[in-house]
Amino acid sequence: MKQNEAPLAGLPRRAGQGSGIARILDDLGPFRRRAALTMSTVSLTLRIWRQAGPSASGGFETHALEAVPTDLSLLEALDLLNERLIAAGERPVGFEHDCREGICGSCGFLVNGQAQGPQRATSVCQLYLRQFRDGDVLTLEPFRARAFTVLEDLAVDRAALDRIIAAGGYCSVNTGSAPEANALLIGRDQAARAFDAATCIGCGACVASCRNASASLFVAAKLAHLGQLPQGQPERRQRARAMQAQMRAEGFGSCSSNLECEAVCPKQISADWISWMHRESWRPV
Amino acid sequence: MSIPSPRLDPQVPAGPVASAWQRCRESLPLISPSRKQRLRILVVGSGLAGASAAASLAEQGYRVRVLTYHDSPRRAHSVAAQGGINAARNYANDGDSVERLFRDTLKGGDFRAREAGCHRLAEISGAIIDQCVAQGVPFAREYGGTLANRSFGGALVSRTFYARGQTGQQLLYGAYQAMLRQVAAGRVELLHRRDMLDLIVHDGVARGVVCRHQASGELEVLTADAVLLATGGYSNVYYLSTNALKSNATAIWRAHLRGACFANPCYTQIHPTCIPSGDAHQSKLTLMSESLRNDGRIWLPMRKGDARPPAAIPQEERDYFLERQYPTYGNLVPRDLASRRARELCLQGRGVGPGGRSVYLDLADAIARDGEAAIEARYGNLLEMYERISGDDPRTTPMRIYPAPHYTMGGLWVDYHLMSTVPGLFVLGEANFSEHGANRLGASALMQGLADGYFIAPATVTGWLAERPGGELASDHPACREALTAVQARITALRSTRGSQPVDVFHRLLGHLMIEACGISRRGDHLRAALTDLETLRLRFLEEVRIPEPVSVLDGELEKALRLEDFFGLADLMLRDALEREESCGAHFREEHQTASGEARRDDDRFAHIAAWEHRPGGTPLRHTEPLAFQSIRPSQRNYR
Repeated sequence: MKQNEAPLAGLPRRAGQGSGIARILDDLGPFRRRAALTMSTVSLTLRIWRQAGPSASGGFETHALEAVPTDLSLLEALDLLNERLIAAGERPVGFEHDCREGICGSCGFLVNGQAQGPQRATSVCQLYLRQFRDGDVLTLEPFRARAFTVLEDLAVDRAALDRIIAAGGYCSVNTGSAPEANALLIGRDQAARAFDAATCIGCGACVASCRNASASLFVAAKLAHLGQLPQGQPERRQRARAMQAQMRAEGFGSCSSNLECEAVCPKQISADWISWMHRESWRPV
Repeated sequence: MSIPSPRLDPQVPAGPVASAWQRCRESLPLISPSRKQRLRILVVGSGLAGASAAASLAEQGYRVRVLTYHDSPRRAHSVAAQGGINAARNYANDGDSVERLFRDTLKGGDFRAREAGCHRLAEISGAIIDQCVAQGVPFAREYGGTLANRSFGGALVSRTFYARGQTGQQLLYGAYQAMLRQVAAGRVELLHRRDMLDLIVHDGVARGVVCRHQASGELEVLTADAVLLATGGYSNVYYLSTNALKSNATAIWRAHLRGACFANPCYTQIHPTCIPSGDAHQSKLTLMSESLRNDGRIWLPMRKGDARPPAAIPQEERDYFLERQYPTYGNLVPRDLASRRARELCLQGRGVGPGGRSVYLDLADAIARDGEAAIEARYGNLLEMYERISGDDPRTTPMRIYPAPHYTMGGLWVDYHLMSTVPGLFVLGEANFSEHGANRLGASALMQGLADGYFIAPATVTGWLAERPGGELASDHPACREALTAVQARITALRSTRGSQPVDVFHRLLGHLMIEACGISRRGDHLRAALTDLETLRLRFLEEVRIPEPVSVLDGELEKALRLEDFFGLADLMLRDALEREESCGAHFREEHQTASGEARRDDDRFAHIAAWEHRPGGTPLRHTEPLAFQSIRPSQRNYR
């Protein structure tokens, strides 16, 4: 009950203030109460990795969340926890997020050891509390890889992935020099296969789930996207070499062939593209 | 209060609209390749408009610096656009043309946009598709290998290009990769995790920005020969919207406070088919593609407060209100009508779901007609997404939907060259007030962002720089120091507040106030009351917020507080603009100005103009107007009844 009124709790009404704010409070009051009546809740224990900065040492901290509505997402539960921490004068939990609909690739951490959490084809922003059982303990940790520095708590630096794309993940075509779009025919299935690889959101879950912290799935997805299209042919071989070389230079490991990357990928990108990428290295010039 | 201003010279070339852009381009001066290498351009924002402009300008030889507040430019919110991108290619042989896309855009905007700008957008649309295909954007294809098109948002022609439901993502990656290619070539310098907090203006000309590095907390002065803002829209003023959580108005608002006029702030688009809000801690509203209205029937129980589950409500006790009120268009009426009718009924207490804030969108009849497999194939990922978020299976239970803020047509005023009222400051994409007038057509946002970035700005920025002496300001120049000090003072003031409330508490209240007073439906007395309430809330925010001392690298609460402070300023301007615009047009609906049948009533005699607000330090903002004239089409009043 209290929780459902949390946005307004602690913001006491004051006599004589603008009638409008009082009106908003009145408006929301019955709405929240009515919502609360129909809402199922869950109690969770969160064990969260806390680390104040890249060079600070870290450790787990435990927080209990009592009777939170199951309609909340996991990130909204962290928002709720952070509001309480701030009100109590403590440091809020740092985590990356933005679109909260699974497409920007900002969010991502380990939930009970699994990158992007227990649900298939889902990033952590799309995990809802109704997927968990009352009394569950969730251990939240940052993605761990040599190439990903922990910035704070659950947030890591993934700029290495941008540098891999900069090494060759594009078609070199200047604005204005493009031919008429339909001058190039691309079969429907071929376009669909390229699209499947192109959906990678650059979240880094594949790296975090690999025991070698390899970025093979990330690199292979981009190579397969462009390498299967006629536009990508002129630079195909050079692109494959340059991106893989950059991957190694950034400190990512080699493919461990465990296929964990495919299992955790929120976009379900197939690890077959990794074999495809390895074959690229054997292509004649 | 309304003054036609000489400051607002739209710079539209005289003569016929259809050849205006060509004449403009051919008259713009050029710059030698060697001089371009000495000129620095600062691009703020890395979405469709920012990334495409940065890539294109760097290809021409300029030194470009790009600021993004994300950890990677690929996170920009353009990534979330689902539907598609319009282009007048007539590949479907269904009668489309540049002329038709131009007219549809102008009409869709309810005759509140510049004719020449709309025409240019339609002209450029085809070249955007060419460019994106050449970059390897995997658009949907026909079996024969040609590009596939679909009709979108009620358009009579099929002119929308798409990449499944992820068109924005694929177009953004195309622009992002083109930009990273220039990073590798050394012509673009990418600065991650930077929040632009002020504009540096010297002698009335934009010369750079002050930004804050989120991972170190340091303030930085960045100077340039031209500044381009491509920082997106401001739907998050409503707190709950379909925008990403970090999307904010700070860059354009700070530029406004430094002299850039803000145009039509009250034009905001509300999307009718979103997953409604439930719990108070819900952080965003998720858009469900509008295409669901092709097959879904929208209804509410006839009886107020009917708490039965939907399946227990017999047909004769259901009100298919859009079909009833609009027999011709039914569930496919334009976005604003669908949103307004749903809201009215919910306010009457007939809504369903938590708090009575949603309506049913029912696929049962479509499933009975076409079979579950066909519906699944058509909407597969949408049904799955709905089920994940709401916990209900839309194949067996009607979905619950409610309108949500989605896009803002208003933004910084720009002339035909995309330059604001501060010379040297260009504004691109959703951040400018754009060609969408009072309402945007579906699949036109991506088109406008890329037209601005790939084609328009690269031409007009060159034209402007060619006539400037060049030479960046030293970073310790008094103008830079002044801006830096102002930002420091703001941060110190926020930090010294001894309150106890997190920022979001106030953002939620602001959002509630704005959606009620300045959302789907507006009226004078509510807008006036909201202006008072807003000021009360703003003062309470400044007194009662708590920004924790930074003990770690990231300082998310400070970032949020800085953004919210600017949303308060913008909200005030939105209310004023909505109040002054005593007519209904496009997405701006004033209850006092409607026909007997509840249609919007436009007032072309008094309001056929763009309203551009000037900030006056210490005073109320001043409303200037730029009159709109139409050569090619006569404004008509729409009627969907």
